[in-house]
Amino acid sequence: MQAKPIGDARSMTDLRHEAPLPTGTPAPEFDLPSGPDATLGLRDLHGRPAVLAFYPADWSPVCSDQLVLYQEIRPMLEEFNAQIVGISVDGVWCHRAFAQHRGIEFPLLADFEPKGAVSHAFGAYRGAEGVSERALFVLDPDGAIHWSYVSPIDVNPGADGILHALKDLTGREAPV
Amino acid sequence: MTTTWESFLTVPVTPERDHIIGRPDAPLTMVEYGDYECPFCGMAFPVTEEIIDRLGDDLLFAYRHFPLATVHPHAALAAEAAEAAGSQGRFWEMHGLLYANQQRLEPPDLVARAEMLKLDRDRFVDELRTNAHRAKVRSDFMSGVHSGVNGTPTFFINGRRHDGPADLPSLMESLQAAVPRR
Repeated sequence: MQAKPIGDARSMTDLRHEAPLPTGTPAPEFDLPSGPDATLGLRDLHGRPAVLAFYPADWSPVCSDQLVLYQEIRPMLEEFNAQIVGISVDGVWCHRAFAQHRGIEFPLLADFEPKGAVSHAFGAYRGAEGVSERALFVLDPDGAIHWSYVSPIDVNPGADGILHALKDLTGREAPV
Repeated sequence: MTTTWESFLTVPVTPERDHIIGRPDAPLTMVEYGDYECPFCGMAFPVTEEIIDRLGDDLLFAYRHFPLATVHPHAALAAEAAEAAGSQGRFWEMHGLLYANQQRLEPPDLVARAEMLKLDRDRFVDELRTNAHRAKVRSDFMSGVHSGVNGTPTFFINGRRHDGPADLPSLMESLQAAVPRR
């Protein structure tokens, strides 16, 4: 199930600088392949804080550092009872090879067909390049957007903004 | 919450907690978060040496550990080895030796470097075996995560993250831009 139909491809390519959905907005419904035989959707994330990390592409050096960093900080995310997923327009087999190569154990979702539709629904698609923005969303347990941030495409945003948002959302202190 | 975010160093450099080169009251402070198994950090090592050399008393340089164990299985113990050398007063010598040959970071390689530096070998080995410096390495890592370290190497210049390349022209430009106006 897609959040928005994408009948007019031009409507996506013209939106070169989409604004990410802001704080307080309910996250768009989605359901994306998380592997060859599985999907993961917004409903699966309900009940716990969630981090959605949109990124342009598997394998590019900046993305890999970013996702490897998120793998490293999973124990910190768990202290907030938060889950994390990565989302790009790469297909499931590409995601699988990338995750195995880099030791990434959290789900990577394939916004592959219709291409970029979920990224677009979040205001995190770069139509000119045909890739997702480097965008972060922290969702509350009810699926509303608590924090969103779009990083310059070539700048890995790190994890400090995510941790700050989770601290703000949960009222818990981050581990030090 | 807003959609703007700027990363800054959350744990200030102090001579008590950090390995430093230069004067604590220098007008410029550059902190590197690095990983001894990371090839990009290896390439940045001579760059930092050059910057330290060029800026002299104007720069305070500090190095903190950011081992990315997911991709670099030897990085954490190498960082502990640098700390173990540091506990015998030879942090920077070990730091240089680790970056001089990043392909050799197995435990016997670390001990061989300790011997090169004429450290107390038994003490060094014991500190590695008992992970005596794991907490310090973790403290560095966590300070980096909270400060927006986004890979290795990551540099902070007067507290602000340097988002450009880790090369000499780019770092020197950031340093010159950070010089306090009189």
